[in-house]
Amino acid sequence: MLRGLWQLTWLEIKIFLREPLGAIGTLLMPVAVFLVVGRAMGRGTGTPSAGATAFLQSGLPVMASVFISISAVVSLVTIVSIYREGGILKRLRATPLRPYTILSAHVLVKLLFTAITLSLLMLAGRRLYPAGLDVPVFSFAMAVLISTLSILSIGFVIASLVRTARFAQPVGALIFYPMIGFSGLFVPIESMPPSLQVVAHLLPMTYIVSLLRGIWSGAPWSAHLGDLAALAVVSMVCAALSAKVFKWE
Amino acid sequence: MSRDPQTAVRVAGVRKTYGRTVAVDEVSFEVFEGEIFGLIGPNGAGKTTTLECVEGLRKPDRGTISVLGLDPFRDVYRLQERIGVQLQQAHLQKRIKVWEAAHLWASLYRKPASDADRLLDQLGLADKRHAWFMTLSGGQQQRLFIALALINDPELVFLDELTTGLDPQARRAIWELVRGIRARGKTVFMTTHLMEEAERLCDRVAIIEHGRIIDVDSPQRLVDRHCPERTVVLVTDDPLAEERFHTLPRVDEVIRVDTRFTIRGRGDDFVTALIQCLAEHQVRVRDFRTELPSLEDVFLKLTGHSIRD
Repeated sequence: MLRGLWQLTWLEIKIFLREPLGAIGTLLMPVAVFLVVGRAMGRGTGTPSAGATAFLQSGLPVMASVFISISAVVSLVTIVSIYREGGILKRLRATPLRPYTILSAHVLVKLLFTAITLSLLMLAGRRLYPAGLDVPVFSFAMAVLISTLSILSIGFVIASLVRTARFAQPVGALIFYPMIGFSGLFVPIESMPPSLQVVAHLLPMTYIVSLLRGIWSGAPWSAHLGDLAALAVVSMVCAALSAKVFKWE
Repeated sequence: MSRDPQTAVRVAGVRKTYGRTVAVDEVSFEVFEGEIFGLIGPNGAGKTTTLECVEGLRKPDRGTISVLGLDPFRDVYRLQERIGVQLQQAHLQKRIKVWEAAHLWASLYRKPASDADRLLDQLGLADKRHAWFMTLSGGQQQRLFIALALINDPELVFLDELTTGLDPQARRAIWELVRGIRARGKTVFMTTHLMEEAERLCDRVAIIEHGRIIDVDSPQRLVDRHCPERTVVLVTDDPLAEERFHTLPRVDEVIRVDTRFTIRGRGDDFVTALIQCLAEHQVRVRDFRTELPSLEDVFLKLTGHSIRD
């Protein structure tokens, strides 16, 4: 039973928007980074190099999307720990709200803002790619949402282990951002030393990058069933784990 | 009021440990319908743990709890419909507005929003409807929590350290609100470490110390039982007075400073005996005051014993 889910989700959206830093950081920062990097690479030298063009074609959008996902997750970890430290989770739990309703509301809020930021990004992209790209926008958006959902589950595990709100944000950032380095976004996985390749294949970010890059360049979903399966495993394992270790107070 | 009070809460032999720390042990008591029942004791005595076991937020390791005929841990969702809860040190989202919290709670309990608005009015929060939670004063926050605890028109209301951190004026205002809850026929189960609060507010109290209940009764009967001492302070010029005071039945000591006497004795009849003595010997008294022991004295006495043991 999901009594109160919509009311709570709507409230959390409003509350989130009342915190100016959170709203600006989550909604506008990825778009700003995207525009600045895109401009620097695309227009720095009269004609962009082949590598820069390739990055603009698929690397940059994928990177920006990964940033959106990660900032959503870090923000979730932070909010959950603030809510726990302030006794807000405990207070909400002492109502007819079911525990998973409380957490689902936060997941929905994060997914919604991921979608909004992504839309802003697409709009901003029109300035960088005036000619327009032949991109399956809806599929790509779905892929970003799936990616976000899968690492949100890791966020809950982190939120369970990090007890104080002060450390939630840095710990979250320290865990997620370095994953990008191993994800094949900048350095192809095939060119990594074998030991790092193993690491790369253990990190969910690798599958996210592979999925996003593929869908962006027009590959069908069926070509990425492996990535989807890996992300599904991550979600299920982390959801089960956090159900065990999650602390409400 | 029926002569035979119905039991709202029955706690029997409850034990709860956190790791190797025993929070409460062998705790047993009953709360009757329509009363304000207080669980009193110092910080860390096990008040909140006991309360949260009764609310169904914690599962006791041992013992049985029945709340309005339900098992609070197993039937927690059914119970939540019938109880109201105010938690110690709980907060709401910093930027949630007062009316938003009230309406959310109303919707969770399937009550119309108008019920929530009426409660905000009754608790003096009408002009704070649009204020963020973080901008409310301590007293206003607690009034909001009381409003939220009452929104489902509960039969039983739990209040945990309701007035901690409030100034005396806000505290008195909250006491009036709690009496108002009882006047509506509801049962109140509260905790406090303020003896004055318990004495003024509670019909019955349970004293808890180191996780164990020491005694349960009305504040007056606890005082009578544990602190039979009576102290009378009076001022007289009568030169024979001191000798006469020494002959009073059950007198413990007579302290004299000039014309001021402090006379200590024990028992309900001690003050009467003293007054009779004064009248009989026509002792002229310029000042007369009795000092009655309070719950505070009871508590000091009881915990003092346990420390000496």
